[in-house]
Amino acid sequence: MVRFENVGLRYGAGPEVLQDLTFSIEPGSFQFLTGPSGAGKTTLMRLLLLSLKPTRGLISLFGTDSSKLDKDEITSIRRRIGVVFQDFRLLDHLTTYENVALPLRVQNRREDSYRQEVVELLNWVGLGDRMQVYPEVLSGGEKQRAAIARALIVRPDLLLADEPTGNVDPTMARRLIRLFVELQRSGTSVVVATHDLGLMDQFDGAKRLVLAGGRLHIYE
Amino acid sequence: MTGARSMVDSEESPAKPGWISRSRATGVALVPAASIAGRTLVTVVAIMTFLASLAAGGAVLISQTSRDWRSAVSREATIQVRPVPGRDIEADVREAVRIAAGAPGVESAQPLSKHDSEALLEPWLGQGAALDDIPVPRMIVVKLASRRTVDFAALRDQLLKSIPTAALDDHRMWSERLADMANVLVAITLVLLALLVTAMALAVSFATHGAMAGNREIIEVLHFVGASDGFIARQFQRRFLSLGLRGGMIGAAGACFVFLAAGLLSRRLIATPSGEQLEALFGSFSLGVVGYAAVVAIALVSAALCGQTSRVIVFRRLRNLS
Repeated sequence: MVRFENVGLRYGAGPEVLQDLTFSIEPGSFQFLTGPSGAGKTTLMRLLLLSLKPTRGLISLFGTDSSKLDKDEITSIRRRIGVVFQDFRLLDHLTTYENVALPLRVQNRREDSYRQEVVELLNWVGLGDRMQVYPEVLSGGEKQRAAIARALIVRPDLLLADEPTGNVDPTMARRLIRLFVELQRSGTSVVVATHDLGLMDQFDGAKRLVLAGGRLHIYE
Repeated sequence: MTGARSMVDSEESPAKPGWISRSRATGVALVPAASIAGRTLVTVVAIMTFLASLAAGGAVLISQTSRDWRSAVSREATIQVRPVPGRDIEADVREAVRIAAGAPGVESAQPLSKHDSEALLEPWLGQGAALDDIPVPRMIVVKLASRRTVDFAALRDQLLKSIPTAALDDHRMWSERLADMANVLVAITLVLLALLVTAMALAVSFATHGAMAGNREIIEVLHFVGASDGFIARQFQRRFLSLGLRGGMIGAAGACFVFLAAGLLSRRLIATPSGEQLEALFGSFSLGVVGYAAVVAIALVSAALCGQTSRVIVFRRLRNLS
């Protein structure tokens, strides 16, 4: 599904922040991406989201060489990827329902075609009674779940979650990770960037991608 | 996920609450409508449109009035008959009128009465001056049907043959001077208009940049949830076009109100000396179709500028994101 071969990245004329990354993400797999702060986790997530271009190496997404994609193709690939940002990135002027429906709305779909789906997903993540409220009145955990629901509404083939448990208490963090595992079981490949070693220990089955010194170490 | 239970709290939830069936999701703007930056942009556009519209309206008025001046001066000529001892000035005047009225291209020739001539001199000589003692020339106002069909040289020769004391003034010198002055005035107004429109474009562009600054996150989120660049640009362009139109229409309405009020006021003052002066300088303050079209065009240009600037900014931000 995703293949990195000898990928390197540098900003401008500076040193390479990521060096010789070679790994693959299989369909329906679950992996944690970890490493110390500043190791390049977010940068690697941006490479996966095609919002950064590597300075060398090959990135293949869904069987296509990313360097050969035009803007429209990048947009359609991005529609197959769900993203959960560390800082949620919910739009403050939209309700929870509207935020979650956003990825479908930007595809110019009629509301009738997705309303039921959005309501069910919101119920599923426990926000059924918070649909018409604005993000400013949601708690940190609720915002996080709304952000996750927004990433899931397109039934992505690949889910990227950047520190999704960074703003919630340990109990909520475990629940959220369980939600990701459930997703993985339904066929979605999941990449969770976190520096919470305790959390990773509770989910032994996941592959661990550890970034350190700009290089990637893989622990199956 | 149909029929699934909540993954987080494992509570049964209703499948579809009734109140969601009329969700605002498709109607609500993805770019927030009301914001301080948006209101500031509307205010800036309104003020700049108002000023530019006043300048444009002023240019149209001056252009129209100068055309009227030139037309009025060019459709008139004057014959002056000097009184000299031994000649019957009344007979000379009658003969001059006859010759002038019979010339091709002349609509009418009307001598000013003695009383009219005295009234003309009154501002310089004062009331009650003993004009009978002064050899005051008699004036004949010649109205021309068309300046082009009048042969002034032939008319002048004919007059001099019959009345050696007659002098024909075709107003050419005045007409040319007036035309030069009017052209300079129109040019100055157009330069002012160009400067104001440039200032308007810059102010509107900067205000749009300012209003867009708070929307960076919206662009990023839309980008990352799979919106195409064109979709994002359209959302912003539509929103900022709407803000620009609101501001532009407020400014244009304000300018139209000023011109309408000035027109009404000038009509009320028309009977007074100051009203006459104003009308002579600026006409009737009636903008006409061209003037109002220019005001509307300025409002539309302001709005288009807002929309286009936001579009350019969106594409620039998106380029940085990819």
